[in-house]
Amino acid sequence: MIEINLLLIFIIIAAIVAVEVKDLLSSVVAVGVAGFGLVISFLALKAPDLAITQLVVEILCLIILIRATIKIDLPFSTSGRWFVNTLACIAFLVIFLSYGYAAISSLPSFGNPLMKTSNFYLGETFKTIHATNVVSAINLNFRAYDTLGEATVLFAAAIGIMAIMRKKGKLTKAGKDDESE
Amino acid sequence: MSTYFLCLILFCVGLYAILRKRNIIKMIIGIVICEYAINLFLILFGYKMNGRSPLYSPDQQILDMVDPLPQAMAMTAIVISLATTALLVGIAIRIYEKYGTFDITKINKLKG
Repeated sequence: MIEINLLLIFIIIAAIVAVEVKDLLSSVVAVGVAGFGLVISFLALKAPDLAITQLVVEILCLIILIRATIKIDLPFSTSGRWFVNTLACIAFLVIFLSYGYAAISSLPSFGNPLMKTSNFYLGETFKTIHATNVVSAINLNFRAYDTLGEATVLFAAAIGIMAIMRKKGKLTKAGKDDESE
Repeated sequence: MSTYFLCLILFCVGLYAILRKRNIIKMIIGIVICEYAINLFLILFGYKMNGRSPLYSPDQQILDMVDPLPQAMAMTAIVISLATTALLVGIAIRIYEKYGTFDITKINKLKG
């Protein structure tokens, strides 16, 4: 309980550093710190499959973000209505937090989950599927169509990245690349 | 209770970055932090006090497991979040090639 709170405070500090630091590469590294804190908190919350997945995803995400920011440095600009914008943003966040506090007050308390559906899965996994890993059994057996949809979304995103990042456009009549328009 | 509230504060840090920052990379970082907060909230919601990992062993009887269903759902969400982050970074790189900046107030040539 107390170690999970400490890990969450660590992640929040890393996230604040990532949002507020001026250098973009330092910001990306601070996001990596938050992600690896998340991996450790998944391990502390007894979710080892998720910790492995998050570790791989975190490293790939870091590589992609560093690819975007490695040669680019942007000066920080405070022009415009800086004070009014910040005040409006913080007011919105305070309202959001108060409503969120009211919402999480009605949830079951931490450490006592509702396990209506999960008790079925926990009972059936070893009896009918003979699998030992319950999370894999849910992903690949009970809810296999969900995983199929996930793979569809993944390939759709890959096609989108290919369409955005390709260098050559359509050929014009003159035979040149139509990159300028 | 306080654990849920800390998770909500983490979400608010990401929301602040999305709403307030002008750099596109900072906004993407805000979206990534929001994804972290939501995944962590799902796992916190399924945690049983002094529970065990949802792994059966053929030899021994394990009784008090944590909730496996949020873990399976969050695993799907984590993989999809990687794909969306890669898509966002791709769009940001193309915007930088076209306009030479990541500042959203300088990107004003969208007409025609």
